[in-house]
Amino acid sequence: MIAADRPLQRPALAKLLIVDAEGHIDHALRSTFVERLLPGDLVIANDAATLPASLHGRHLPSGDDIEVRLAGRRSLAADDVAQFAAIVFGAGDFRTRTEDRPPPPSLTAGDRLVLGPLTATVERLLDHKRLAALRFTGTPAAIWAGLASHGRPIQYAHIAMALALWDVWTPIAGPPVAFEPPSAGFALDWQAVAALRARGIGFATITHAAGISSTGDDALDRRLPFDEPYCIPPATAVAIGRTRARGRRIVAIGTTVVRALENAASRDGRVPAGEGTATQRIDAASDLRVVVAILSGAHHPGTSHYELLRAFTDDATLRRADDELEAQRYRTHEFGDSVFIARKRVSEPTRLSLGISQRHSALQRSP
Amino acid sequence: MGLAYKTAGRVSFPADVSGLAVAPALRVAITGGTSGLGLALVREFRARNAQVAFVARAGERVAQLARDVVGTHGIAGDIAKKEAIHPIALQIVGRLGGLDVLVNNASSLGPTPLALLADTECEALELALATNLVGPFRLTKALLGALAASARQGHGAVVVNVSSDAAITAYPRWGAYGASKAALLHLSRIWHDELADEGVRVLSIDPGDMDTPLHALAVPDADHATLKRPETAARELADAIMMALPASARDAR
Repeated sequence: MIAADRPLQRPALAKLLIVDAEGHIDHALRSTFVERLLPGDLVIANDAATLPASLHGRHLPSGDDIEVRLAGRRSLAADDVAQFAAIVFGAGDFRTRTEDRPPPPSLTAGDRLVLGPLTATVERLLDHKRLAALRFTGTPAAIWAGLASHGRPIQYAHIAMALALWDVWTPIAGPPVAFEPPSAGFALDWQAVAALRARGIGFATITHAAGISSTGDDALDRRLPFDEPYCIPPATAVAIGRTRARGRRIVAIGTTVVRALENAASRDGRVPAGEGTATQRIDAASDLRVVVAILSGAHHPGTSHYELLRAFTDDATLRRADDELEAQRYRTHEFGDSVFIARKRVSEPTRLSLGISQRHSALQRSP
Repeated sequence: MGLAYKTAGRVSFPADVSGLAVAPALRVAITGGTSGLGLALVREFRARNAQVAFVARAGERVAQLARDVVGTHGIAGDIAKKEAIHPIALQIVGRLGGLDVLVNNASSLGPTPLALLADTECEALELALATNLVGPFRLTKALLGALAASARQGHGAVVVNVSSDAAITAYPRWGAYGASKAALLHLSRIWHDELADEGVRVLSIDPGDMDTPLHALAVPDADHATLKRPETAARELADAIMMALPASARDAR
């Protein structure tokens, strides 16, 4: 695949690879996505706007330049903005690939960081020299103002120009709680939302604090995705219940929607309204209870996004899809092309055994 | 995957999952909030127990008003500047947690004292358009996701673009202001129709001639007794906004 290197959210020729419930593969223009859906389907997107989560500044004890990328938060509450988990890099900027960035100076609890108008204290390291719990000084008003004036969206080495917030906010962006954009949502503009309505397809949103996609460190990348708080509004929960009662499909726009809904769902697939924190990893062993199809980016094997796609269809089908993505020169990363994957239809006995193995492994993973 | 802020191993949800949309306090953003009609709107909505964020250019006055009117969120920024829009929108939705009502009130007269169009500097016309037309367009667009989300939850969503009779009547010497407000009126009408299915209402409201700093700049020798008090206009405007919200959302507030 090719890296999408220009920050265009909806290029006219963006491509869509489609994997249906039988594992058949097809190609289309992504702009025809709505035509691939069925009346009665419910499309659910993540309406999080993206924070200016990249903060350049100085590590006071050493005097060294650093970049802080905010990466995790306890809740979505508007005034809960003092404490973040953050990845810390040494000097340099996004023109150096994340994996080539130098490590930060040695961080110790109590270290002070000056980040433009903001100051923060390292509370502790989170089991890795680059991952720290930070506490900003000041009122929520001052912290929001400091982020607004000094923060920049997290940047990417494969995009030459610096990204501004307007590049990374989806058209439906609302609460600014994501650390990197929920980029599957770039595909949806207001025209598409109107087209859903015209076809009798439902549209609802959740808010999920989408985390960072890459830390530049293999050991940290293996811990992705980090815990992500989310909120499922009452109207969305009601729409999910109605759609399921009618035997229609829940279609997720992006991996964060899958993560939130599957985290909230009870065993029988009911999704209550409310706030939660997605802590689980979704992979080939996961039994999806709610989401029947997903629109997502064209991801590389090995990434946590790719792992999540393995819950939808079998590895042989995904390998055929990978080959097609390569052969047809699909573009990857945030501003790239898309895949639409329907959950594979499986015979009842297979399904049953999958369910049992999932529960078994879930038990094993429990603390 | 353990980050430090996991509060508990389990996710807890509220016991009531009936799906009824319980409307939170109305969340209102007002531009040009430190003087004239904007200031009166900040006080009016706060008196109605709304959560209020206001925007104005002068940081000192913003901070002072946020201290004076307890429970309001002051945001310093110039809506006429492209680069300021997203930082403003970030703070509005970040601090209110969502948005139900946006009042695009900040306005520029264009040249002061008012001038014949032939004597109006091009830059003065551009500033009037940036403040009265492009700024409201940009800010509304940046906040539309939050507004539409509120509408989907059944809470309603209203955008008010503050208008003027100069948007309708071609008054000599009001060229820059009148042309920009006429364009804003047209934009409001089209956007209102386009967003009807999203549940977002876009209203153009002319509050009338008020005793405000802006009016004093335009008509320095006006008889104050003939002018509407901004507090009166703010009450009328807030009433109109409440009437534009869905009845269920209105009654809960």
